[in-house]
Amino acid sequence: MAIQTLDRPKSRTSTSQEIRQPRKKMTAGKIAAVVVAALIAVLWLVPFAWATATAFKTETDAAAPKISWVPPSGFTPEAFVKVFQDGNIPLWTWNSLYTSAAITAITLVISTLVAYALSRIDFKGKKVLMTVIIASIIVPPPVLIIPLFYQMLALHMIDTSWAIILPQVIHPAMVFVLKKFFDQIPRELEEAAVMDGASRMRIFTQIILPLSRPILAAVAIFVFIGAWNNFLWPFIATNDGSLLTLPVGLQTIKSAYGIQYAQNMASALLAALPLILVFLFFQRQIIKGVATTGLAGT
Amino acid sequence: MSSSLAARRKPGSLTRSNRSGWGFAAPFLVFFLVFLVWPLLYGLYMSLTGKSLTGANDSLIGFANYAEALADAGMWRSLGNTLYFTVISTVPLVLVALVMAALLNVGLPAQWLWRLSYFAPYLLASTVVSLFFTWMYNPQLGLINDALSKIGIPKVAWLNDPNVAMWAIVIATLWWTVGFNFLLYLAAMQNIPHQHYEAASLDGAGAWRQFFSITLPQLTPTTVMIVLLQILASLKIFDQVYQMTAGGPGGSTRPVVQYIFETGFTGYRLGYSAAISYIFFGLIVLVSVMQFAITRRRSA
Repeated sequence: MAIQTLDRPKSRTSTSQEIRQPRKKMTAGKIAAVVVAALIAVLWLVPFAWATATAFKTETDAAAPKISWVPPSGFTPEAFVKVFQDGNIPLWTWNSLYTSAAITAITLVISTLVAYALSRIDFKGKKVLMTVIIASIIVPPPVLIIPLFYQMLALHMIDTSWAIILPQVIHPAMVFVLKKFFDQIPRELEEAAVMDGASRMRIFTQIILPLSRPILAAVAIFVFIGAWNNFLWPFIATNDGSLLTLPVGLQTIKSAYGIQYAQNMASALLAALPLILVFLFFQRQIIKGVATTGLAGT
Repeated sequence: MSSSLAARRKPGSLTRSNRSGWGFAAPFLVFFLVFLVWPLLYGLYMSLTGKSLTGANDSLIGFANYAEALADAGMWRSLGNTLYFTVISTVPLVLVALVMAALLNVGLPAQWLWRLSYFAPYLLASTVVSLFFTWMYNPQLGLINDALSKIGIPKVAWLNDPNVAMWAIVIATLWWTVGFNFLLYLAAMQNIPHQHYEAASLDGAGAWRQFFSITLPQLTPTTVMIVLLQILASLKIFDQVYQMTAGGPGGSTRPVVQYIFETGFTGYRLGYSAAISYIFFGLIVLVSVMQFAITRRRSA
């Protein structure tokens, strides 16, 4: 859809481009680009807008056969109130928050340590280790669900938060990203510390890590968003209603609320809100983070 | 560089480095072995047994599961659905991302606003996306059919028509994840040196011309990477299909990951399910090896 609407205005500006007046052409082209970009942006915002409009309707208005953006009986926060009274969304949000935070924290600790070893320490078997870690990037998580479930059953971890957290802390691609970053830190910075007899751990925590803040933030963002939105594994690992994460919990409301469209949309919006808010505040870091970690493989 | 450090090493320091090297690697290795390597190997073993969730028949049965899978029409159909989705989703997911990035790269005002609107959906969980689109696709009460009827197009049974359902999933997926590719393209475009464009405009090349003769060629490595990553991501499709159509109508959208999930957890046949997982894994390895070969050749 979007592509078709794009073609016309753009090609028109290109033909109007002349050689002698770079300034003027730029503005004409820019105006056309703004128009097209705005059209796409509107299309991209419609699902949010329609969900919001629905969520603030009464259930009767939401299910009315005549579709309207502004409902006959006016907007009401009724659906949000009901969803909050049910208490599921706050619980699921909390579950998502602490599991994602734990996943991110553990991932950062274990990945930076191994990445440091791969970048700076000469040890026997390092090449093999590096090869195995890189090779493991290609293992798709869906391949592991059957044996992992069986393993979790044997470890008596099914229906605990550990079942959600532990299998999600291995990010070989992020180890690789971190190692590449550490490689670029000049070794001279560590030499003085080595002369002073500082231990590896001290060099790692007091020289390497402080210099690595941008990449640590990027990796943290990447891992956190992935964990927050992960569906398949938490869906398999938990049946206990009190442990559900947001994405998994939301899947259950379709059957619970059935055709209560306003409450469905209110729940979906409440689930979307935390990450959207975080994005509004940390836009620059998140965009940079995605750009640096993204190509490393997902 | 490291020679200055190495020169200062005392004898026996390699053993010390061995110890500290493996020490630093140990925490990761423990998780890696327990939650990746072991399940990967155990899954392979399971695929050779008749293991089931009900506990029957734990014994090795050789390649019987694989033989059964290769003759299983349901497996082939779901694999076909996954491939079909991958083909028809990858093209728009790359092209629309490129168009979005190219528009912004013109130097639009209020960059953050565009980025926010294009990228925001990527931050949503699949279930949120599915709730949004299931509601918009509603045949009677949905926004999309309402808009179509205003321009005289008859109602479409988006998620209930076997000929349309997969396209409906593609549209929802495009909306959801194109922002990721868009950011990768935008970052790559901003890394193209300005001198290229300055030289071109001195030669009288317009913006349109510059895009095709400078931007696009410079982006080729990025495009190759985005296409390959997108193929790998699309092959893993499960969430939005399971949530929006549950694989229906009539199995017309059921992807192979859902088939794995259902054989294992609804059909209780863990061994058989593991075998299909490994067939799927084979496909992923094949694509990854192709990716490796292509990127190797490019950088060589």
